[in-house]
Amino acid sequence: MLLQEAVMNSTFQLVPLVVLLPLLGILLNWLFGKRLGEKGIGAIASLATGGSFVVSVLLALALLQNHEGAQIPLFTWISIGTLDLSWAFRVDTLSVTMMLVVSGVGSLIHIYSIGYMHEDVRHQGEPERFRRFFIFLNLFIAAMMILVSADNFLMLFVGWEGVGLCSYLLIGFWFEKGEGGLGNAKAAKKAFIVNRIGDFGLLIAIFLIFWNFGTLNFNEVFAMVPAVAGSQPEILMVITLFMLLGVTGKSAQIPLYVWLPDAMAGPTPVSALIHAATMVTAGVYLMVRSQVMYMAAPATQEVVAWVGALTALFAGLIALGQFDIKKVLAYSTISQLGFMVAAVGLGAEVAAMFHLITHAFFKALLFLSAGSVILGMEHGLEAGQKGHSGHTEGKHHDDPQDMRNMGAIRKKMPVTFVVYLIGALALAGIAPFAGFFSKDEILVAANQGNTAIFVILVAAAFLTAFYMGRQVLMVFFGDARTNAAKHAKESSLLVTIPLMILALLSVFGGALNLPGLHTLEHWLEETLIITHPAEFIVPIAVGSLVVALVAILLAYLFYGRKPLADSKAADPLAKRLGILFRWMNQKFMVDEFYQAVVIGPYHKLADFFANPIDQGLIDGVVNGLGTLTTSFAGVLRKLQTGFARTYALSIFAGLILILVYVLTRI
Amino acid sequence: MPLEYFLGLSAIMFTIGVLGVILRRNALVIFMSLELMFNAANLVFVTYATYYQILTGQIFVFFVMAVAAAEVAVGLALMVAIFRTKHSIDIDQMSSLKG
Amino acid sequence: MPVIGTIFYVFLAIVAIGSALGMLINRNAIYSALFLVLNFATIAVLYLALGAPFIALSQITVYAGAIMVLFLFVITLLGAEKLPGYEPIKAHRLAAIGMALVFLVELALFFFIRNQTTGPVPFLSAEFGSPKNIGVVMFTEYLLPFEVVAFILLSATVGAIMLTKPERKAKTNLSHQQD
Repeated sequence: MLLQEAVMNSTFQLVPLVVLLPLLGILLNWLFGKRLGEKGIGAIASLATGGSFVVSVLLALALLQNHEGAQIPLFTWISIGTLDLSWAFRVDTLSVTMMLVVSGVGSLIHIYSIGYMHEDVRHQGEPERFRRFFIFLNLFIAAMMILVSADNFLMLFVGWEGVGLCSYLLIGFWFEKGEGGLGNAKAAKKAFIVNRIGDFGLLIAIFLIFWNFGTLNFNEVFAMVPAVAGSQPEILMVITLFMLLGVTGKSAQIPLYVWLPDAMAGPTPVSALIHAATMVTAGVYLMVRSQVMYMAAPATQEVVAWVGALTALFAGLIALGQFDIKKVLAYSTISQLGFMVAAVGLGAEVAAMFHLITHAFFKALLFLSAGSVILGMEHGLEAGQKGHSGHTEGKHHDDPQDMRNMGAIRKKMPVTFVVYLIGALALAGIAPFAGFFSKDEILVAANQGNTAIFVILVAAAFLTAFYMGRQVLMVFFGDARTNAAKHAKESSLLVTIPLMILALLSVFGGALNLPGLHTLEHWLEETLIITHPAEFIVPIAVGSLVVALVAILLAYLFYGRKPLADSKAADPLAKRLGILFRWMNQKFMVDEFYQAVVIGPYHKLADFFANPIDQGLIDGVVNGLGTLTTSFAGVLRKLQTGFARTYALSIFAGLILILVYVLTRI
Repeated sequence: MPLEYFLGLSAIMFTIGVLGVILRRNALVIFMSLELMFNAANLVFVTYATYYQILTGQIFVFFVMAVAAAEVAVGLALMVAIFRTKHSIDIDQMSSLKG
Repeated sequence: MPVIGTIFYVFLAIVAIGSALGMLINRNAIYSALFLVLNFATIAVLYLALGAPFIALSQITVYAGAIMVLFLFVITLLGAEKLPGYEPIKAHRLAAIGMALVFLVELALFFFIRNQTTGPVPFLSAEFGSPKNIGVVMFTEYLLPFEVVAFILLSATVGAIMLTKPERKAKTNLSHQQD
């Protein structure tokens, strides 16, 4: 028994490796990357992340024996007065769950990226940038691991900022490409700045926590929550609201979701890893971790639930009107994140975590498959016409990512078609795929909590199924509408094998929390307080299934029976919905609204401070001082006349003054 | 004679000497005004020597006269040397220290 | 007796001040020198009246006899030209005269108001400042300054000669000894 305990304890000590292995990968790739070649770089990066996954599995196994977990401090970071922060890793069921998801999906995406980036750097014409991509990917894994294994809020914030940085670096990976040579860089900048606004909220929340609790350590803070809630209930509401602001930034909820669709400018593995599976879930993780605080502030929980539900519906509507294959998936991500956030707001944290895990599986799958399709289209473009054109918006006829240019891809890329179909069904919530069970749990919680939110979430689920059906039918069925689609080619094994693994996970992922067994719930029980134990209410389950099937049928009626004739044909939905479809396509002009209301006036303000105030006033004062000194010196210069007689006169004057002094003194 | 008489006379002579130094442009006249100032001071010395009936004042006048003589000798030699280059004894022309 | 004495002193004062003003105002340098000589003579008479015969005669001999002669030599040597009468420096004359008046007022304040105990200057005989008495004091108490003055006169002599020596061409070969 002691030996077992010793083994468990020593296994817990391995937790720093989840961060250190990716960092080691960065170091090796940085120093030796050029000599190793593409396969070597990809192997090192994938092994680093795979190593993190192995360590996470070991930690999970150790946790099975020893349910409470441990806190493994590494070193003391800040020790000022009463604030004592150490760089400590927390091993408990919640953090290990996140570690498994991040490193597992991350490793698969690393392997996928070897094949994908091999094609992409050649398509963009910069083969030397291969190494940089993997360094950034490993950096991201390291930062995300810091985030999920943190034992105090500040360390979590370090990871939070780190993933934001990596998101910026990876979105703007092809920084000199994109529309007008600036598009990708602008998208990266937008992501960073919008995230910053959210981070500001989180930072205020951390300050308030420190101010009111005196510590930032999770255990200590959560232990003190009842006391603080008793003495000052409003402060918890304020803290949780500010935290919500941070979550809306990182997890792309209303109002700070606008960066995520633009982030599709990055390479597809980036969209899959960061913007589908891992980084955007950091917000959900934060709220689940701070569950105790949210339970003590029921008003905020209401707000959280409404924010999530409205985002789910709004994003679903926008996804319906998009033509870019990745944009549809991006808005779908926002919508699903809305589901998760709503679940947290309703008090069903286990449902949120369950949906987080399954969503990671099938959304990563969908993104990676979309990447495979895009690769095929790019091949087709190069084969069909000599000379290539990159992804430029506006000239959609040549755009390899525009769904209107695709069609009948299933004949050219069968493997991709199958896995994509699996992912789409899982997302739509068709039993027995993973998405069905996780979405169903959320709907049950909504039904028990708030009927209005339940209705909104059901509508969002309907939209999910509809737009996924639309997408599958437009891309894979019908006839090939352009030359590119005619000449598309299946992707290499390096690309398709991770897709198959993810497809398997999407099929069987529901087993994590099957009704009756509730493995995940029991697993997370150790760390979380389960207020809403999951129940399998048959009417709701059957109802959601029916809703999804009806949506798919509707999609078939619109897009399957009479597929689009060619790439320039109008969307059949456009005729039915008219102006509403145009709004959905234009994302309800939220970006333009922000530009007019926030960014435009801000630019004017900055301009005002720069020119009249900085250049005019401050420079004027500084230069004025200089001019004043010069003119004063010019005046004083006139004293030096050169005539000896004036000097004699001044001596005489001094003599007179001395005499006056002597006269008055004595 | 009251003491103030001699002191007043000396004051007036001193002031005239100062005015001469400041107002005249001929370097030699400036020197002569300087001698006038010396004389004014000498008068005060001698006056007080008689007033307090000690001889120290008169001894001092003796020394002042000797030093004044030496100073005039050197000063006039300087004037001669300057005249050799500038060909003028107008003191306003020696203003190369003008700023 | 006192009335004649006062008249005598007043007359001497007027002559002294008048000659000083003459020296100040006159544009011709030679006339200024001659006025100064007159001033010196007047002061010498005053010294006599104050019981300092040795000093009075030294004044005549040294000042009027040697220094002023030297001045006259240099004036004639340098060609005392008449400098133009205008004042090139603005407000110089006005400032100087104004400040001189202020100065006089201050001195008046010093001499007449701050001076607490004053009495008349006693009338001493010529025995007081006779060469014999001066010599006794000079060569006992003030011997050192006396010798130093001798050095000053020597250095003045050397200086005057050095300053007025004509320039000579530099020697062609100069051999420096090593220390």
